[in-house]
Amino acid sequence: MAKGRYLRGASRRSLLQSFGAAAVGITFSSGLSACGGSGGGGRTVNVHNWDTYIADDTADNFRQATGITVNYTNFASNDELFAQFRAGNPGYDVIVPSNEYVTRMAQAQMLQELDKSLIPNMSNILPEFQDAPFDAGRFYSVPYTWLCIGIAYRKSKMPANFVPNSWRYLLDSPQFSQRIAVLGESADLIRIASQYKQYRPGHVAELTGIPDAVLSQVEQMLIRQKPHIKQFHTDNGQDLLVSGEVDVVMEYNGDIAQVMRDNDDIAWVLPTEGSMENQDCLCIPANAPHLAEAHAFINYILEPQPGADIAEYIQFATPNSAAKALMPDNYKNNSVIYPTPEEMARLRYGAFEGDEVSRRYEEIFTRISAA
Amino acid sequence: MEQTWKQARAAFAAISVPPLAWLLLFFLIPLGVIWAYTFGENTGPTTIDFTGTFANYARALEPLYLGIFVKSVVVAALTTLLCLIVGFPVALAIAFASPKAKAWLLLLIMLPFWTNLLIRTFALIAVLREQGYVNFALEWLWNNASGFMTLIGLQPLGEFEPLTLLYNNFAVVVGLVYVHLPFMVLPLYSALDRMDRSLMEASLDLGAGHLKTIFLVVVPLAAPGIASGILITFIPALGSYLTPDLLGGTDSQMIANVIERQFKRANDWPFGAALSFLLMYLTFIAIALQALVQRRSDRRA
Repeated sequence: MAKGRYLRGASRRSLLQSFGAAAVGITFSSGLSACGGSGGGGRTVNVHNWDTYIADDTADNFRQATGITVNYTNFASNDELFAQFRAGNPGYDVIVPSNEYVTRMAQAQMLQELDKSLIPNMSNILPEFQDAPFDAGRFYSVPYTWLCIGIAYRKSKMPANFVPNSWRYLLDSPQFSQRIAVLGESADLIRIASQYKQYRPGHVAELTGIPDAVLSQVEQMLIRQKPHIKQFHTDNGQDLLVSGEVDVVMEYNGDIAQVMRDNDDIAWVLPTEGSMENQDCLCIPANAPHLAEAHAFINYILEPQPGADIAEYIQFATPNSAAKALMPDNYKNNSVIYPTPEEMARLRYGAFEGDEVSRRYEEIFTRISAA
Repeated sequence: MEQTWKQARAAFAAISVPPLAWLLLFFLIPLGVIWAYTFGENTGPTTIDFTGTFANYARALEPLYLGIFVKSVVVAALTTLLCLIVGFPVALAIAFASPKAKAWLLLLIMLPFWTNLLIRTFALIAVLREQGYVNFALEWLWNNASGFMTLIGLQPLGEFEPLTLLYNNFAVVVGLVYVHLPFMVLPLYSALDRMDRSLMEASLDLGAGHLKTIFLVVVPLAAPGIASGILITFIPALGSYLTPDLLGGTDSQMIANVIERQFKRANDWPFGAALSFLLMYLTFIAIALQALVQRRSDRRA
């Protein structure tokens, strides 16, 4: 679930993701906590974030404002992050898991409860993000960005005036045979396919409890559609689209907003059947060595100007109203980054429903791939 | 004067302790932990109980996973066969090159190892994709041919349609052969280089042609080299994970991709461990077969 954070041309994010994976499959960071120490009295904070998911100068500005040095490292996927914390906190103070993984990591007791009195800037966050279905009461998480999955396509490769505004064109139709790439991430793929298969449990925030009957319909549909799909991509859909490998792709909005700045032929649509919303959150892992500094860092990120700098750089939607107010109109009015309220009503969060469900989704995906 | 290690126990121990300790600490113990996981049960998000269950193996032996194993073996075997077909003439040519050229050729074979596997795979993507170098070259040829045909008064060729070379099983096999070729060439070269040339001369003097000499004299003599080349190509190819992930299409999943997802997304380490160990048992079988071939050829010699 890496997000293409502000990349042009060759995909560094995929590169990083595969590097991490190529090493052993799972990476364990060695004792970062050593960085803290008391030597020199310098205060530090160990921040572990997605690649290119922060402004260039955030760390420098933070040090000037507070005197705290940021040790900045990257992870490439939520799974990798979770695996890194399985054997205990390797020494990080601030991490940025997505919604589903906030629940998963909290349940696995990997997260530290936040001290809200140290994060007064929480008041800058929009009311709708003050609470979250995946972390009721916001005990563990502070919203950083939010994003959604939709369809990106090449206008020149579509029939005249045609907009592929349904998941059908990706999941249930030979129309763009072998010109399609979809996310190779079992849970989101299955949830989206379920929404296409009319599974819409009312106006709830999270999509949960997909019935067996729908799951088996989804599996059969994807097995049928598989010959028409070129790749289950590792979140490099925007690269496949730009390089002309495919014409329609399932991808995160921010990734597409980035490539649309350079390419007039690429367009974006949120399908009528609904889709998935994601939220990346700032969290403090359990046993973080620099608790005070971690809170200071999170509070700083929620300030208007640093928040605006980050949004400007990464082109993802910010939940920070004060930061958004500082942004230029072409960001605020970008329909890719900010869907309309009607579109928003069709978005659901993917929820963590326990390891059994994750394993089940994984096995369905394995069966689809093996079929 | 022949010396045995018994005459220098202290020196022998001093030399052998570091590698043995390294092997124990960083290979056997972690491997033992993973092996123990194969008999474990998930009891929580991060906790595993070692209950001695065979459920993980039972699940790994379900038709779904066995099918993926079979597919991986087929892909790895095809890769190994292609490496052998391509690698043998290369190794032969290097073995018969002049000493100076030999050094350069061996360097060329090993050169790709200086670049990370991932970089090489991404380079291959740039070569094979629709707007890649292979298709650029083909398009250039196509357009020139088209221009030539108008020149001599024929209908020009139609629009150039780029070949789909990426994101399918073809790309995976190409990628695996490209990556594993040096593993095949080097043992073949060392076997061919050691060979007694007079046997080949005798064969040629006694009237056998070049091809006949290669197949009846060179290949049997190089059999141990071929066997070890096959082995060290087949094993990593069987466990390859990056290549099918990056170059493959929707039906290019290999067993290592499934294993990776067990350790990550599915968070099911016991099952992932059982799949890994099944792969390892397969590898042991391959090594045993190689030892058998080796012994038979030793006996013949």
